Amino acid sequence: MFGKGILRGLGITARHLLETYIDDVKRIPSRYAYDRRLIKQPVEERGIFTIQYPEEKRVLPENFRYIPMLIFDDTTGEDRCTSCGICAKVCPPQCIWILREEDEKGKPIPRPAEFYIDISICMGCGFCAEFCPFDAIKMNHDYEIAVYRRFPDLVLNKDELSVPASYYAQLYPTAWAEEEKRREEERKKKEARAKAAAARKALAAKKKAASQKAEAQDGETS
Amino acid sequence: MSETMPAVDSTLPYNDVVPGAVIGQDGETLIVAREKWPELARYLRDKEGYDYLSSVTGVDNLTHPKRKDVERFEVVYHLYSIQRGGGPLVIKVRAPEEDPEVPSVVSIWPGADFQEREIWDLFGIRFPGHPNLRRILLWEGFHGHPLRKDWKEAYYEEEKKPFGSRWPKGDYPREKMRLPWQEERAIWQDNVVYPTDFAPDTWQPPEITYHFGLDLYRELEGLKTDRIIVNMGPQHPSTHGVFRMVIALEGETIVGLEPEMGYLHRNHEKIGERNTYLMNIPYTDRLDYICSMSNNLGYVLAVEKLLGDVEVPERAHYLRVIMAEFTRIVNHMWAIGFLLNDLGAFFTPALYAIEERELILDLFEAASGARMMCNYMRPGGVARDVPEGWLDQARKLVNERLPRAIDELDRYLSENEILLARTKGVGYLSPEDAIAYSTSGPVLRGSGVPYDVRKAEPYSIYDRFDFDVVTEEGGDVYARYMVRIREMRESVRILKQALRDIPEGPVMPPGKQKYSFRVPPGEVYQRIEAPKGELGFYLVSDGSPNPYRYHVRAPSFINLTALGPMCVGYKVADAVAVLGSIDIVLGETDR
Ligand code: SF4
Ligand code: SF4
Repeated sequence: MFGKGILRGLGITARHLLETYIDDVKRIPSRYAYDRRLIKQPVEERGIFTIQYPEEKRVLPENFRYIPMLIFDDTTGEDRCTSCGICAKVCPPQCIWILREEDEKGKPIPRPAEFYIDISICMGCGFCAEFCPFDAIKMNHDYEIAVYRRFPDLVLNKDELSVPASYYAQLYPTAWAEEEKRREEERKKKEARAKAAAARKALAAKKKAASQKAEAQDGETS
Repeated sequence: MSETMPAVDSTLPYNDVVPGAVIGQDGETLIVAREKWPELARYLRDKEGYDYLSSVTGVDNLTHPKRKDVERFEVVYHLYSIQRGGGPLVIKVRAPEEDPEVPSVVSIWPGADFQEREIWDLFGIRFPGHPNLRRILLWEGFHGHPLRKDWKEAYYEEEKKPFGSRWPKGDYPREKMRLPWQEERAIWQDNVVYPTDFAPDTWQPPEITYHFGLDLYRELEGLKTDRIIVNMGPQHPSTHGVFRMVIALEGETIVGLEPEMGYLHRNHEKIGERNTYLMNIPYTDRLDYICSMSNNLGYVLAVEKLLGDVEVPERAHYLRVIMAEFTRIVNHMWAIGFLLNDLGAFFTPALYAIEERELILDLFEAASGARMMCNYMRPGGVARDVPEGWLDQARKLVNERLPRAIDELDRYLSENEILLARTKGVGYLSPEDAIAYSTSGPVLRGSGVPYDVRKAEPYSIYDRFDFDVVTEEGGDVYARYMVRIREMRESVRILKQALRDIPEGPVMPPGKQKYSFRVPPGEVYQRIEAPKGELGFYLVSDGSPNPYRYHVRAPSFINLTALGPMCVGYKVADAVAVLGSIDIVLGETDR
């Protein structure tokens, strides 16, 4: 029949309207109740797929990456970064600039004096976070970073990049738990190593003392 | 060249049939004398069954440490046999610096057309015998050939990344405010090189003669009108990206069509040669930005092949296949939606078609961190394991939603009278032409050629899955549409098996992942069946952490070779439908 396609097409639209309505009714509490919230796109629902940003926002998965952030310790305020330079070397568009701290004699101190990321160049690949050996740089979830000027607003310096470790822990609960576990193990290992070393030292000292004593005795007797 | 050539070496292959053609052998690669190359090429096509020219590319040997004593330029051909399947025959033809010329093989494999033009454009190697040898990605007045090793791009900093200025003395002069843009601090600045005789006042833009494909003018019967030239584009002619079609019309009938591209050209390959092997992975995302997972897969497979001894864990293999097949569904949903757009059903079908895509992208995001620029695969495995509950979500999608969505598309569209009227019998491409023009993917299979790299030369673990190669006999827009619908069903089949069999375990080989690694010297060509067709990566390593040569055989670029022939004889409105049925992405076409 001529025009059947058009009618069926209109049928789809009508069905979606209905299904969206049914989804809404089924959802308790309703999507529109209270404040607009974070929305997760449901696999089960069959209605519309749109999220009414900025009133509603998506729930972001833990692995979501946008631009990098630098992490400092909550209690001590120390940067975790040791300015080893790996992130700057691995960054594909080369948008990280790190100035390493130096003492008066020019000897490097493992701490960044300056740390810049030109996030208008950053491609959000996440390599810096993936390869940092000190868990010092991670990917932020905050994507609302629009500014009026590229320069200097999109060149972030160390202060603008820095976030406390607790912020990271809240964004990445699973990764944080794993890292904590690993750090704990490392600390234990370190302690054990230190203990063992101390014991070895003590033993060696004892032995040395004993042998010296023996030598002294030898000397006396001979 | 020929004067210094040694006597015919009969131990080399094919020298009994075309004496003196093969002058050397380097592993599997045959080095061919350039004056004998067309003769040998014809023999290979007609008698040896190498009917499919997959990739042609150039290499500049100028700074290669191990190629000091060979001619500067070489052109590398990868030939396959559609009938037999299996691996390639690799041919190299060399040309010295003073005389960079290699005979064209367009008359033997018409699929070489755009690729030879690309080599001329980027390497400055001429192809005598090519009917339309002009630049393709850059504009006609461009000075220089960017992929030559002595050519420096705008804002050139250093030969290889990482750049020394970033660490430990990386002082971005933000506070100083003098030269605000990093680009302006680059020593080479914008680095525009003008020809020596350049006079801005009297300069005239170069003339372009359109050839309209290869002898495509057809005398039309009946009504005679004036021939007029129409430019379609370069704005979004059909929402695929910035692209232009120069069309010769008689009345409303197309008598010749020539695609013009390069508006999104960024010299991906030059960037790739500055990058380290690892840095290239996120750049491949940006080729065909709809299918970043497949691009990742093709590239890491190529790097693994070069590295040689990489043990990819089982789970990583499965995850790769799952991601690649999800990508295929995403892509075909897009392709079908946009084909409908091109036919005038503006965006309603497209938006319904990409609903499921949103859910697939959610999965990508949960696994990799980004919806489109996934950057998920690494040489050796994948970046990280999928989070908890991911596989269940994927199963739910594959078992319930996707089959339903595909059926729905099929039910509403495949029988729709408007779709049938606009696509049946439009843009016909015969199977012989499809092979000759080096088309691949749904275009090739829509012409009834059962060729799929996943079966012909299995990579990753595709040989473990049970699926069929989809073909349609029509050779028209409708057949390509149907191939996509049916291919999605096959992808669902593969996904079901993969999600059933995926084992537990690590996703990367043991040991710490290195951020920079050396790759043994050598060269590889790795192709995969990307959703749009055959995606190939050609890598040459000189043993350093950066690839010496990095080439992408982009399916949507090469499929466009057949656009002209497919459109001739149809109405001007059909050109848009035919373009939609090829399914191009300009990020990949223009590179
Ligand atoms: S952020 Fe990490 S990788 Fe980068 S310099 Fe600091 S410690 Fe090294
Ligand atoms: S996310 Fe990628 S591009 Fe951005 S700073 Fe990190 S490594 Fe560089």
